[in-house]
Amino acid sequence: MNALRRFGAFWWDFVVGDDWVVAVGIVLGLGGVALLEHAGIPAWWLLPLVVAALLALSLRRAIRGS
Amino acid sequence: MSLLILFLAAFAASAVEMVEALTIVVAVGVTRGWRSPMWGVGVAFVALGGIVAVLGPALTLIPISALRLVVGALLLVFGLQWLRKAILRASGWKALHDEDEIFAREREAARAAGRERRGAIDDWFSFTVSFKGVFLEGLEVAFIVISFGGTKGGVPVAAAGATLALVMVVVTGFVVRGPLSRVPENALKFAVGTMLTTFGTFWAAEGAGAHWPGGDAAILGVLGFVVLVSLVFVRVARGLRPAAAAVAA
Repeated sequence: MNALRRFGAFWWDFVVGDDWVVAVGIVLGLGGVALLEHAGIPAWWLLPLVVAALLALSLRRAIRGS
Repeated sequence: MSLLILFLAAFAASAVEMVEALTIVVAVGVTRGWRSPMWGVGVAFVALGGIVAVLGPALTLIPISALRLVVGALLLVFGLQWLRKAILRASGWKALHDEDEIFAREREAARAAGRERRGAIDDWFSFTVSFKGVFLEGLEVAFIVISFGGTKGGVPVAAAGATLALVMVVVTGFVVRGPLSRVPENALKFAVGTMLTTFGTFWAAEGAGAHWPGGDAAILGVLGFVVLVSLVFVRVARGLRPAAAAVAA
């Protein structure tokens, strides 16, 4: 069980990294793109804005935590 | 053009990770001898090659839009992690990666550790430290190379970039026999972060159903946007530093 937990923790750290907010934000941003495109609204512009916002948020969290 | 950026991204990512792995291997090698660390390095490369060889072709079985969505999201997570650290270092909020300091620390640990023989391996400590160093640093590069399977001809081009960087780092490390502290690691990490974020944004948006104006040429536009935003954030983050720290820097 301990080995399984370590295995899971390794992959969580490898994929999600040290700021889970970024991973969640990317999933929500992609959901937004899919919804807009599904509604017939071009949404190529959305993800770059989400990326900029997530980077700003993640930097703010890192700076406040230091 | 996009294949050239793929090559450069894989080259820079591999160079950074292999410089970090080299510091660990050389510290162990010069302290305890080279035979067991070289076994560790060899086994790690076989494992990494196996991951690329198995997962690379397997990805071609997944529908391209689903592949781009998942791979793009993964590259975005990696890219934003690299970028955040690079921006924090460039703005003085995080200490620069110091290979000399890491080398000294690894040498101290190598001196203090006991010696144990297991099977064909003379020195189990040297073997495991070298294996972990190369495998863990190389795993992200392996995933980046595999991820580029999302584009036509991507895996061979990315693998070539990663291999070229590996050869250059190993040859330089062999000549220097010490940590490669002059490699501009933060600048390379900044470049890798912007490129991974760019490809991640482009592919993930396409996978989610978006159509980029100008097709593949939009990659350059996304790259320009990511670089610009990152440079602005470096400037803003520098401005947020306490006055005393800014003067000391």
